[in-house]
This record gives sequence, structure tokens and C-alpha cells, in this order.
Amino acid sequence: MTEQEIYQSLTAVFRDVFDDESIVIGADTTANDIDGWDSQAHITLVVATEVRFGIRFRTAELEQLRNVGDFVRLIETKNPQQ
Amino acid sequence: MDQLAWLPVHDDLGAALRDARAERDLRRRLRKLADLANHRRDFVATEKLGRYLSECLRQDGAEAATSEARLSPCRLAILASHSVDHLVPAIRVAGLGRRLALTTYVAPYGQYRQALLAGDPTLGEFAPQFLLLALDSQDARLDVPLDGSDADVEAAVEARIEELRGLWRIARQGHGAQVIQQTMVPAEPPLFGSFDGLVPGAPAAVVERLNAALRRAARQDNVLLLDLAWQAHRFSPGAIADPVRWHQAKQLIAPHAAPLYGDLVARTIAAGRGLSRKCLVLDLDNTLWGGVVGDDGVEGLRLGQGDPLGEAFLAFQRYVAALGRRGTVLAVCSKNDEAVAKAAFSEHPEMVLRLSDFACFIANWEDKAANLRRLARELNLGLDSLVFVDDNPAERDIIRRELPAIAVPELPEDVALYPACLADSGYFEAAAFTSDDAMRNRSYRENAERQTMLEQATDMEGYLKGLSMILVASEIRPADLPRAAQLINKSNQFNLTTRRYSEAELEKLVANPNVVAMCFRLRDRFGDNGLISVILSRPDDHVADNALLIDTWLMSCRVLGRQVEAAALEVVAEEAKRRGIRALIGEYRPTSRNGLVSHHYEKLGFVPARLDGAAAEQSEFWRFDIGDQAAPRHFIRVERIQ
Repeated sequence: MTEQEIYQSLTAVFRDVFDDESIVIGADTTANDIDGWDSQAHITLVVATEVRFGIRFRTAELEQLRNVGDFVRLIETKNPQQ
Repeated sequence: MDQLAWLPVHDDLGAALRDARAERDLRRRLRKLADLANHRRDFVATEKLGRYLSECLRQDGAEAATSEARLSPCRLAILASHSVDHLVPAIRVAGLGRRLALTTYVAPYGQYRQALLAGDPTLGEFAPQFLLLALDSQDARLDVPLDGSDADVEAAVEARIEELRGLWRIARQGHGAQVIQQTMVPAEPPLFGSFDGLVPGAPAAVVERLNAALRRAARQDNVLLLDLAWQAHRFSPGAIADPVRWHQAKQLIAPHAAPLYGDLVARTIAAGRGLSRKCLVLDLDNTLWGGVVGDDGVEGLRLGQGDPLGEAFLAFQRYVAALGRRGTVLAVCSKNDEAVAKAAFSEHPEMVLRLSDFACFIANWEDKAANLRRLARELNLGLDSLVFVDDNPAERDIIRRELPAIAVPELPEDVALYPACLADSGYFEAAAFTSDDAMRNRSYRENAERQTMLEQATDMEGYLKGLSMILVASEIRPADLPRAAQLINKSNQFNLTTRRYSEAELEKLVANPNVVAMCFRLRDRFGDNGLISVILSRPDDHVADNALLIDTWLMSCRVLGRQVEAAALEVVAEEAKRRGIRALIGEYRPTSRNGLVSHHYEKLGFVPARLDGAAAEQSEFWRFDIGDQAAPRHFIRVERIQ
């Protein structure tokens, strides 16, 4: 998957989880930028991302997921499925 | 893990969710949301649905809309030792799918004891009707050393159970709530391996013991059980509980398992509310057996031992029969010729389910929706009490659209998976099991029978007359050979001699002009019982030239007690007489299985006879002089086919 494809799929995950079709994400998008991105939604986001890309984030990686760029970088390292 | 596999997949769930949310009419919106709740949905879609449901129920007029949608309002308090906030939407959505409008209160994380013992005012105000105690094995670990004795473990388990019973009492007496106790999902991997089970103090063994004690106590205290430990066993490790989520957020149930968990909670409440389904309605062809009985014939059906597919159908029938024994009302709704469909039950030797297992049997060529409406009416059950099981996806789809109140589980393609699918669906989740349940099917059946009796008469004679029986008698024709041979080789109880003949041997016998080989079909006002009796009479060296030995007389037990024997004797005697025969010699060869017919010939008016040289030590013989003796009275009209 190219970085662009990852962004595309991840955008779909964000829109689905936050139920907002207008969401646009970039590398520096954080919880402050998105309505409803609280700690519970964060876990939903993590699990939805895992399901969507067929990957697992390790426990050690969880605290590294601070912004969208972190998500994309970690997804890239895990040979995500289309 | 494909969760909620019994629910159908929506063509476009995303669009349907948007459409439901945009619906302005509250009642219609609620109906649309309920429909979506009964589709397969992952945790993200379920959360969304839960949000829309909350929006819906917060609006003015929600109460009226709820009652109009015939949803049962119910307040559920959740007291947990782990975090459960992420599960609440899934519980409420599943509730909607099971006709519950759930309002929830979640006690502060980990505060389940305080909430009950210290009298949490919010909980009191909420006035829960159901109170779920969702505990886990890591909460308040039992203080048992690894090398503790059996008695040590027992004492620790008992102490814990007593504490929980105290909480149950407060929930019941203080709040008037029905308690639902969750069993503990074993969180830790084995310490010794399988040997864990032999070490009383091993963590896994302790949890298992605690769960066993919980189940026992719940039964005694009328507490409902959510046996999560048992459910977790059925899925792969990590499918329900994920250690990563535990460490991250103290979530015992992983978010992706929320839809399933929510449904487990909702079905338990639904059962407690008497909202579980009551009646299982079954299609026949390719649902209860392989093949189409109208095309393949009873003999051509795939059902029974020795054939993997036949065994799978047999296993499904056994599961259905067991559901019947636990009180689920069984019924048939099939596109079939009624007589043909019934014949499959009365004639197929491996059929587990009997016609008498069904409280209602509808087989015709009308549309199934109309038939299901009629079936509900006849059983005096609501459509929302029915579960309809049909292998045909098109039929399932039609019923879901026409009669959304009926639950129509999506079935796996392989019949071997039908029992598990039906079990997973939770449609028949129980909150009790009483002797009434075990008797239910019989009483439904008896009601139907009683009605017949009342219509006709109050005595046996009246009953038999009322059956309007017609015995169709013919010599065994080529088309009858397979079924006649089958009966000859399968019948054990009503079988005077238990002589087995292959189809080829039978064909040879039938071709002999000196043999009288008859078969009989019985029809009555309720349908056609099919070919139910075979009588073979032949000349024998040990009997006179003007007599015939009844070599074989057998009958299906389905038509026992209807005087078929008397009518059949008349037919055989008449046929013999036409051939110049003066006497029939009956033979009874006792086996371990045919005690039922030990007085058969005596009852028919035969007199004891001696046969010189015949194997008298194995058999007894009886004589019937045609013309001098008459068959007993009966109420069957005989139709003789040449």
C-alpha cells in the first residue's frame, strides 16, 4: 500500500468512527481537531484501524499513536492488507 | 470471527443508517432502526446505531412511539469490575432487535460493591428492573495459595459466593431488580498445562470452581446467568477478551466483540421478560432432509446413517427434537403436497421427527407468508413468537420483508452447522425450565387431538369413525417394491415373523402366481399415512393345498390401534377365497422386539393350530377358516385396487 492509499483508507475509518463524512485528515491531525475524539473513541479508532488494515498494534505502540501521522507511519511498517 | 452470523447481511448498511437517521417520523425511524438492529453489523456500525437510537428516544413523543412499536421499556443497571462504557450502545441496539427499549445506568467503574452496599442514590433513583453484575476473574482475586488444598479453595469460593449473594439480595430487595450474574472469563493462560485441572489452587481451576458455584447459587437464588465463561470457550482465545485492551483501558470485552456481547446481555433480559421466541417453524425439503420429497420420493431422501449429508440432517433433526422436549413448540410450513410431505415422516425409517412432534403442519402451494400467518393464528401465538427456518435464501428474504415480526435466521450453507447457528441466535434463550416446558409440545398436540375428539364423539368408536379411514389395498406392484422391501427390512415391532427379503427376492415372490402379496395404504381425514402394511401369503409344504401360510405380516406402528389389521385380514381372506383357498395359517415367531403382536392372531379370531414337521419350537401357528370365521368389526372403508 502506498502512503496515499493508506491515507485514503484511514480517512474512511475516521469518517466511519466519527460519523462525519466531511472529515479530512492530515499527518498533524490530532484529537483536538476532531469532535468526539476522546479516550473511548480513541480505542474504537485503534481497533477499527486494526480491522480495516488487517494489522495489530503492539501494546508498546499504543502510546505512540498521538496524531494521524503516527497512525500512518505505524501502519506502513506492518504490511497492511488492501 | 463472524459475529451475529444468524442475522442477514444488509446490502448497504451505511446508506440505510443515513436514511434511518434522516427519517423525520419518529415511529418510522424507530422501525427502521429496529430493522437495522436485526442485520449483521460490526462494532462501528453498532455504535452508530446506538447513537441514533439514543437520539430517537430522547425526542418528544418517544414513549408513544416505543409503545406503538411494541417495544418493552426496561431499565438496566450495569455494575462492573471492568470498563463497560464501550459496550452500552451494543447492549441497547441488541435490545432493540429483541423488542426491548433499554434505558441504562452504568455505575462508576469498579464501584459495584459501593453502589449496592453504600446505597448509591443515583442507582436508587434509576430504579433498575434488571441489574447486571459484570465481574471478572482479576477482581478481588480469591486468596488461595497455589499449593492450597481442596478445602482451602472450597472455603475461599464459598466466602466469595456468600458475598455475592449479599449483593444479589440488596439488588432484589433494595431495588426490586432481577439480577443477571456474569460468570468469570478465565483471564490467565494455564500455569501447568492440562494439569491445571488437577491442582485445586491453580488460577484456572479456582475460576472454574467459582463459576460452578456461581451457577449453583444462581439457580437457588433465581438469579439469571450470563455464562460468559462458557461463551468465551466457544470462540478463539482473544476473540472476546483481548489482553491488549485490558492493559490499555481495563476492557474485559474487546470493542470488536461488543455486538456479540450486547446481544448476549439483551437476549438474557428478553428471556427474563418473556420475550424469547416460542415456536420453531421448519421448512422440509433440504432443511430437515436432503432432497425434495416430491421429486426424489421418500426413498430418495438424504437422511440417516452411512451418508455424511444424511447424518448431518439427522443431527439437525435431533437438535430440533431436543428443542421440542425443552418446550419449544415445533411446526412445519412447507411448499409441498401435504400427503407427500407427511408420508416422508410416516414412512422414512430414519426420520427422527414424527408428525406428532408438530403442533401445526402446513404443507401446500400457497405463499409462505400467508401460511405463516395462518399457522400463528391456529397456534394462538403472535408472529413475534415465531422463528422460521428455511434453507432457501429467497424464501427467507420474502418472509423478512413481508412479516418482519418473525425471526428468520440466516443459515450457513452447510446443514452440519445448522444446530450451532440456531443455538447462537439465542432466539429461544430461556430464563427457566419447568415440567410445564417439557410438556408443552405434547399439550399443544393433545389440544389438537382433543378438538378432533370433541368434533366427532366422546368414545373410541366415535373417534375411529370420525377418522374417516380408507384402506387402499393392492397386490404389490413394481412401484411398491422399494417401499415394501424397506418396510420388510426395517419393521421390528409390528412384525409377526421378522423375515427379511431384499427387493429382488421380494420381486421374485410377487411374480409367483401362487403367492398372495398385498400391500396397504391408509388415508384418513388428516392425510395419507402412505404404505403402512405388507402381508405375504404363500403355499407351503406343511400346510394343505387349499391353505396359505402367512409368511409375513407387518405394519407401521404409526397406525397402531386403528383396526387396520381387521380390515387387512378381510382383504387377504377375500383374495384367497377368489383363488379357491379355504384357510389361512398365521405364524408368530417371537423376537425380542415383537412382543406387541404376540396376541395378534388370537385377537383376529384365529384358532391355535399344529403344523406337522414345521419348526414349531420357533413359531406358533394359528388357523383362520375362510367363510366360517369373520374378521372383527372395524370402521375402515376398503378400496381394492387391482
